[in-house]
Amino acid sequence: MSKTYHLTAPLSDEDTIQLKAGDIVYLSGIIYTARDTAHKKLIDLMDEGKELPFDVKGSVIYFVGPTPPKPGDPIGSAGPTTSYRMDSYSPRLINEMGQKGMIGKGKRNQEVIDACVKSKAIYFGATGGAGALLARQIKSAEVIAYPELGPEAIRRLEVVDFPLTVVNDTYGDDLYKIGRAKYEIAD
Amino acid sequence: MREIKYEDIVKAVKDHIIYSGTNLPKDALAALNKAYDEEESPVCKEVLKQLLENADIASSEARPLCQDTGLAVFFVKVGEDLKVVGGTLKDAINEGTAKGYEEGYFRASTCVWNTRENLKDKIGYNLPAIVHFDLVAGDGLEIEYAAKGGGSENVSRATVLPPAAGRDGIISFVKEVISNAGPNPCPPIIVGVGIGGTFENAAISSKHALFRTVGTTNKDAVLNDMEGELMTKINNLGIGAMGMGGRETALAVHIEANPCHIASLPVSVNVQCHSSRHTSFKL
Ligand code: SF4
Repeated sequence: MSKTYHLTAPLSDEDTIQLKAGDIVYLSGIIYTARDTAHKKLIDLMDEGKELPFDVKGSVIYFVGPTPPKPGDPIGSAGPTTSYRMDSYSPRLINEMGQKGMIGKGKRNQEVIDACVKSKAIYFGATGGAGALLARQIKSAEVIAYPELGPEAIRRLEVVDFPLTVVNDTYGDDLYKIGRAKYEIAD
Repeated sequence: MREIKYEDIVKAVKDHIIYSGTNLPKDALAALNKAYDEEESPVCKEVLKQLLENADIASSEARPLCQDTGLAVFFVKVGEDLKVVGGTLKDAINEGTAKGYEEGYFRASTCVWNTRENLKDKIGYNLPAIVHFDLVAGDGLEIEYAAKGGGSENVSRATVLPPAAGRDGIISFVKEVISNAGPNPCPPIIVGVGIGGTFENAAISSKHALFRTVGTTNKDAVLNDMEGELMTKINNLGIGAMGMGGRETALAVHIEANPCHIASLPVSVNVQCHSSRHTSFKL
């Protein structure tokens, strides 16, 4: 049976190892946004031995490119983008820099699943296409790097009870496979 | 000859884009409600509940339903006896698109294919709009519009089957495309299938099939029967809302078919996510 947790980012190993694929997590605290180009820039900085624009250790990175905020709002609609485009970058951030969480939608490859096991990180799914609903849980947003990337800039977000489901846990389990097997009907 | 003003087209296009990016159309909403009622899987039921709440918030606060406000796609029927005064029809559609995306606080998602830089041309962002024109008799102007997101477009596929593959070959190809897509296109989805014509005809038909109102039956008995069989087969995959395991994977399957070459059987599958933002209007 799936359990429900309330956690605060940044996350520790203690936070992540208790979670199982299918669990519900309401996440509060500070998280960071990054999509394809921002990830590539982070990896380039690592290769050059330079400092990254935020502390990756324990961090949760949200794969999102929000719509522009309406006047007076911290952020526009902000649901997850498809995560596989970050598959080639995530394992290094997890294994070498200590990233603990990713938020996105859609399948990850085996390298990401392995990195989650090896370095005790979690891949969370948020509901794709629920951008207006999810934006309500974001209390503040500040561009901290690459403003020229527009929606793809890195933002520091303060979230409260952001609704997530554990897709890949630290034990190698994958909700997409488990869930589907449970409801599949053979022809 | 009927005359229509350039600015009137710009305004209508702009208004429909803003409205449709923030208000889920009735057919999609009804289909989501039905999926919510029928879903047995608790995780997927929760996802569907969030989607219904999201539609509520987006509409009451005039916020984009999804941060991927898509590329603007149009199917336009232009009467041969219609004259646009003050500019071209294509420019009017592009200008309406740029204005709609800007004034609606939508995300500009068009980029240069290789540098991936956000593209701004002389009219504005999120251009060019993807416009399919059809010249028809009379002096009418009929515009069908949809915002097409990237997640569901990325899993869409086209092929040319050998004619011997027939009906069953088409069904297994469509099923395979949806099975491989899994959680990525934001299920529950609408599946557009284009059969026949040439390679590009099939692809365009599969796109146009997504504009049909969900819940309507196909007038062609053979296609209607195939739609029913595909619905069952796709929902038996167990993918469920956001791929978390459940019964409600497809809200609808829509097929359009055209005559084709004696040597080929082109098939295209275009996937539409649950955020099916589409509308049509006459001017
Ligand atoms: S697939 Fe549709 S619902 Fe999902 S993120 Fe893209 S546009 Fe939004």
